Amino acid sequence: MTRYITMRVLSTIPVMVLVALFVFLMLRLAPGDPASVIAGDYATAEDVARIREQLGLSDPIVVQFFRWVGALIQGDLGTSIFSGKPVTELIGQRIEPTMLLALTTILFAVVVAVPLGTIAAFRAGSLLDRVVMLFSVSGFSVPVFVLGYILIYTFSMSLKILPVQGYKSPFTEGLGPFLYHITLPTVTLSVIFVALIARMTRASVIEVLEEDYIRTARAKGQSELTILMRHALRNAAVPVVTVIGIGIALLIGGVVVTESVFNIPGLGRLVLDAVLARDYPIIQGLILFFSFIYIFINLMIDLSYTLLDPRIRY
Amino acid sequence: MTDATLPATPEKPQDISLIRHALRNRGVFWGGIVLLLIAVLAIVGPFFVADPTALNPINRLKPPGAAGLFGTDMLGRDVYSRVVNGAQVSLVVGLSVAVVAVALGLFLGLIAGYIRLMDALIMRLMDGLMSIPAILLAIALISLSGATLATVIVAIVIPEIPRVVRLVRSVVLTVREEPYVEAAISAGTKVPTILVRHVLPNTIAPLIVQATYICGSAMLTESILGFLGAGIPPEIPSWGNIMSEGRTFFQLTPWIIFFPGVCLALTVLAVNVVGDGLRDTLDPRIAKAMR
Repeated sequence: MTRYITMRVLSTIPVMVLVALFVFLMLRLAPGDPASVIAGDYATAEDVARIREQLGLSDPIVVQFFRWVGALIQGDLGTSIFSGKPVTELIGQRIEPTMLLALTTILFAVVVAVPLGTIAAFRAGSLLDRVVMLFSVSGFSVPVFVLGYILIYTFSMSLKILPVQGYKSPFTEGLGPFLYHITLPTVTLSVIFVALIARMTRASVIEVLEEDYIRTARAKGQSELTILMRHALRNAAVPVVTVIGIGIALLIGGVVVTESVFNIPGLGRLVLDAVLARDYPIIQGLILFFSFIYIFINLMIDLSYTLLDPRIRY
Repeated sequence: MTDATLPATPEKPQDISLIRHALRNRGVFWGGIVLLLIAVLAIVGPFFVADPTALNPINRLKPPGAAGLFGTDMLGRDVYSRVVNGAQVSLVVGLSVAVVAVALGLFLGLIAGYIRLMDALIMRLMDGLMSIPAILLAIALISLSGATLATVIVAIVIPEIPRVVRLVRSVVLTVREEPYVEAAISAGTKVPTILVRHVLPNTIAPLIVQATYICGSAMLTESILGFLGAGIPPEIPSWGNIMSEGRTFFQLTPWIIFFPGVCLALTVLAVNVVGDGLRDTLDPRIAKAMR
């Protein structure tokens, strides 16, 4: 067991190195001179030279890589070209809304999707099941920003019960205003998750319901509710947790879009502003940051299997 | 059994019955009809509508009705004609991403699954690529290489490859243990021949299913990139960039976002419904696992 955990933790190292290598090479292997790409169409020769110097692009590529990785290990993600601030500082300023939006989304999605999927599985083939499955397919097909605008149109512009956009911090402005502003973004971002998790819950509950011990439980006269809660749901936990892990990648992409729609000053906005300004160190730093979060969450999920399902042994 | 010239599998007739079999599925049938209509609209439509780039400043931001079926945008351009033209971009992006990602993924997956030496290397590379959030990777690639139709397609293809490689590899790993592959090996068949003749045919059904899902998600990604302003440049109308331009005046003119949004959702829904149907009919094994 300890050996498995150690191996699993160590296995993230080569993946992280590869991600770092990808991100590093992306700028260097891009067609054309990276310094002039970053500087933009209206840059002067001095601008290009300054950026080349700032990024250390005139050194041999191997030297550049090791200098960059060396800084990375010390927690230095680089420095923004335009603001001159360290990327880690910029991330620190913008991380709160993004983290909170991600958390409320996962929470909301699980609370809605698990019961939906379970009921659909319990009444497989019924009208309710069909409705849930139809919703699930549709959830994958509507772009997250279109959904956001439909919700804004309905709840903010027509019904006028929720704000159009913006963000209020729960730490400085209180929980009430925070929830008031985060509701629509959360629902928007949740839909694809609800679709994914409901579908997965349904599939795994249907599978569990065919097991012998469910028949035994029924035979000894346990109520359907007990069977569902004690036997079916508990065993359906592993695939559901897996799908949450897969969904993290979706979530990160969705956060960028949702923050843009609802004008939330988070990491997604930081990425977009950096893209518009061609501030490559920020883009590079954020890609690394999000990738490492993805790797870390999937590590946690793999390790959680040993807790969720005692049958899984290593 | 004694006839050595007998072909191993009767290929052509089986393929035709497979298509017929798939069309009997309601999802494949209705999804297919919707896609066919959208394809016809995308190919023929642009000849019948107004110029999607024609400016008409007097008729700016007009609601749907007299000024055009879907109204006009902030430059007075006809939204209906832009949406019809945008359909082309979505279909081209969806199809080409699906074809290129599947082709590259198939190639890498066959090698990873069959040649042990390459397996660890390719799969670690894929793990690395999978850890980078697809949209961020695409945004970064496009911002570095400049936004054109081709770079957008490449930027969407790259994050899709690992999933295809994993799928192909898993099929290869099960197939390589089959008696007919062992027989081929002991008969001295060369590795490329084994891969093409015996392993490849087994990957086709799951790959067709995977390709439809990739096609759907590529269309969504294209629209998201367009919406964020990192996609295909506005000279070529795409559903994504029409919606992006509609953002500024959303509270005044929500139709600029709604019409392309509904078209996109309908198209992707049709693609996904066809994919689900194909999965159920072509590949009972996956259907059971994914049900």
